[in-house]
Amino acid sequence: MHVIRPYGDTMDDGKVQLSFTLPVSDGARGREAARKLVLSWGFKDCEVVHSAPLSDEFSFYVAYGKTESSVDYDAMVADQASADASMTMDEVNEYIRREIGRKVVVVGACTGFDAHTVGIDAIMNMKGYNHHYGLERYSDLEAYNLGAQVPNEKLIEFSAKVNADAILVSQVVTQKETHVHNMTEFIELLEAKGLRDRFVCVAGGPRIGNKLAVELGFDVGFGRGTYADDVATFIVKKLAEKKRL
Amino acid sequence: MRTKLHLPKDRVDYARQLARKISAPVADFMDRHSSVTVERATLRLAGADGANADGIPVPNLVVDQIRAVDPVLLEDGATIRYVNALVKSGDSVEALNVRIADGFNVMSLPLGDRAAIEEKAAELVLSSSSRIKDNRAHRDRKLEEFRDRNHKPLLYLIVATGNIYEDVKQAKAAAEQGADVIAVIRTTAQSLLDYVPFGPTTEGFGGTYATQENFRIMRAALDEVCEKEKRYILLTNYASGLCMPEIAAMGALERLDMMLNDSMYGILFRDINMYRTFVDQKFSRMINAHAGIIINTGEDNYLTTSDAFEKAFTVLASQFLNEEFGFRAGLPAKLQGLGHAFEMDPTIKNGFLYELSQAQMAREIFPEHPLKYMPPTKFMSGDVFKGLAMNTLFNFVSKATNQGIHLLGMLTEAVHTPFMMDRYLAVENATYVMNSMEDFYDDVEFRKDGIIVRRAHDVLDQTISFLEEVEAIGMFDSIERGLFAEVKRPKDGGKGFEGLVNKGPDYYNPFEENLKRELGLVK
Ligand code: B12
Repeated sequence: MHVIRPYGDTMDDGKVQLSFTLPVSDGARGREAARKLVLSWGFKDCEVVHSAPLSDEFSFYVAYGKTESSVDYDAMVADQASADASMTMDEVNEYIRREIGRKVVVVGACTGFDAHTVGIDAIMNMKGYNHHYGLERYSDLEAYNLGAQVPNEKLIEFSAKVNADAILVSQVVTQKETHVHNMTEFIELLEAKGLRDRFVCVAGGPRIGNKLAVELGFDVGFGRGTYADDVATFIVKKLAEKKRL
Repeated sequence: MRTKLHLPKDRVDYARQLARKISAPVADFMDRHSSVTVERATLRLAGADGANADGIPVPNLVVDQIRAVDPVLLEDGATIRYVNALVKSGDSVEALNVRIADGFNVMSLPLGDRAAIEEKAAELVLSSSSRIKDNRAHRDRKLEEFRDRNHKPLLYLIVATGNIYEDVKQAKAAAEQGADVIAVIRTTAQSLLDYVPFGPTTEGFGGTYATQENFRIMRAALDEVCEKEKRYILLTNYASGLCMPEIAAMGALERLDMMLNDSMYGILFRDINMYRTFVDQKFSRMINAHAGIIINTGEDNYLTTSDAFEKAFTVLASQFLNEEFGFRAGLPAKLQGLGHAFEMDPTIKNGFLYELSQAQMAREIFPEHPLKYMPPTKFMSGDVFKGLAMNTLFNFVSKATNQGIHLLGMLTEAVHTPFMMDRYLAVENATYVMNSMEDFYDDVEFRKDGIIVRRAHDVLDQTISFLEEVEAIGMFDSIERGLFAEVKRPKDGGKGFEGLVNKGPDYYNPFEENLKRELGLVK
């Protein structure tokens, strides 16, 4: 058991910084409303340190609260693809030669109406991202990057054509849950075609968690700060595991 | 203007000459072609509006009716058929629109007396042109009435709820907080629709549909705030994508004040066919010029896919090209909000000096242009506190180099589309920084052999080499080979290519003729 609370300047003081907008005009009454609201969230203490009008009908607050709530750190399970360290590019290539014995084919795209290419490029392009080479650079991988605004149908068709081992789906725009719709549609299409088991399905994007991706039927999900190494490691290990079955 | 960078005038002139040479063959092509959306924009200027029960707009219905009979017929322009229907039926524009929406086909009427058509067309040209001129006069009057009430640079804020009525609330609040310019971001993927939706809309992803009714609703709301705040609030939308000229036409009719409008953005970042884009941007810019609408070009986008330090020259090169394409469409310098951005990796040593240098360089090379300066976005992260610090440096550079239009950075850029309080914090930050350095621009000079001065000279040199390369290869081939933004686009690939139209020997477009006359583009 390892009980933790937020830390301000003293262990367990439970200090939290908050800022929010209320749909009322600025003033003493607004500040009181802000304070009461913070207390209603379970904070034991609240100080509204700043308020300002945003317009006649809206106002802005900065407040500090003190909480007594705590969690047991030892009981936490992280939402990440794997707790193991990722292999380097050379290790991945070596692993493929040893465990799989042929080139591994991966196809990636940013799907639906989403036009953000930088994320999928960071994972796939030769030059990579932040000094981590992308999948195209891996000698034992054959990587196809279809770019952005690719319909799910087209991505699946192409993947089947090149006999892909893994499909990478990038989703950056999450407003109105577009990513959820899009990812769900992708999995449903695969299932309808009876192709789900043929591919390792990898989702990624700044707002994508492993938990969400798995819930939606992907094998894994990667969030911000992911590198090609992480993705490649997951894919080849998964393939080796599949092969052993 | 006193120079702080001492850029050699002959080199700057040479870069402009290169831009002129590069654009000449493109201009030739543009003069010989129209497109489905240029035709629809013309119809909109004539008064075509409304939509049928399936939501297909009347301008699309007319163009499709013509094409259905024989695609070659569009080479004469769409106007003649629409005006012919007006003459023959004796209908008003409104009545004809309703009939077309109900299924009436303009091609069911044979072409009548040419003189009668031309007379009717002249009347329609006059009426739309005077409406646009009245809008322009109204804007000028208000700017004069509220002189010196706007910030310098103009503070520009974005709203993007998807629901025009919600946008109105956010826009009014933003204007009351101090915004001079309100932009309504368009919904994801509207740029790829080959029609403009009709009526007010409440559903959008990451933005709100650009429709003429939405323009009208927002304009009316901002006009109220103008009177209250005694400050003219400029309204902005996007004349880009497959309907670039139609949106320009709608904006001209509804008194928008600025339009995002780039000569190459659609090609590079939306994979729209290059020929189509060049043709469309020309017509849209002629409309913007006539309406006194300031365009904002999209150079900032180059830096989202390329490194801002390494590829700074692509920004300057694009500014030269956008300027030249602007001039060719009759758009004067004072309506050219050429774009650039503060997008350097924050870990670069002296990054601030380079940003300062490049912003000053843009100022000196384009002295009369209301430069549009974009905030950091790419390196913004979930660390909203650091984000606020980055925006502060950006605000500083903008004021220190006397930019024209300042797009406020949001501390939550990497998290979500802006909350109301995010905008407030942005305005607070900018007004604090800019007030505290009001006369910095006039007071501070740079060391003649220092980092800032040298950087600008380097970027100009790189730009010239790049433009020389493009000139040697040719514009269309350069795009095909991926010289711009590291993106390759095949000449006859991309969206909307099938919508390109040859101008036949009998091409008839009295609206275009009028624009050319008004803008002094006829030889
Ligand atoms: C650059 C950018 C653009 C550029 C994109 C250029 C391009 N070719 O990609 C342009 C200007 C075109 C653009 C347009 C729009 N954008 Co934008 N954009 C950004 C910006 C500034 C940076 C994104 C980026 O490049 N990050 C760098 C990359 C490397 O990071 P990443 O994408 O997170 O990728 C990493 C991980 O997520 C992961 N990853 C990503 N994909 C995948 C896939 C797999 C398989 C794996 C394993 C991993 C993985 O690995 C990557 C490396 O670590 C962000 C704001 C921000 N700072 O985040 C907004 C942002 C993403 N955009 C946003 C919006 C709303 C839009 C528009 C809808 C705006 C509009 N209404 O027009 C349009 C979208 C048009 C469309 N059809 O999609 C919002 C999204 C809000 C949301 N959560 O829904 C953001 C957050 C800005 C904001 N605050 O409003 N945008």
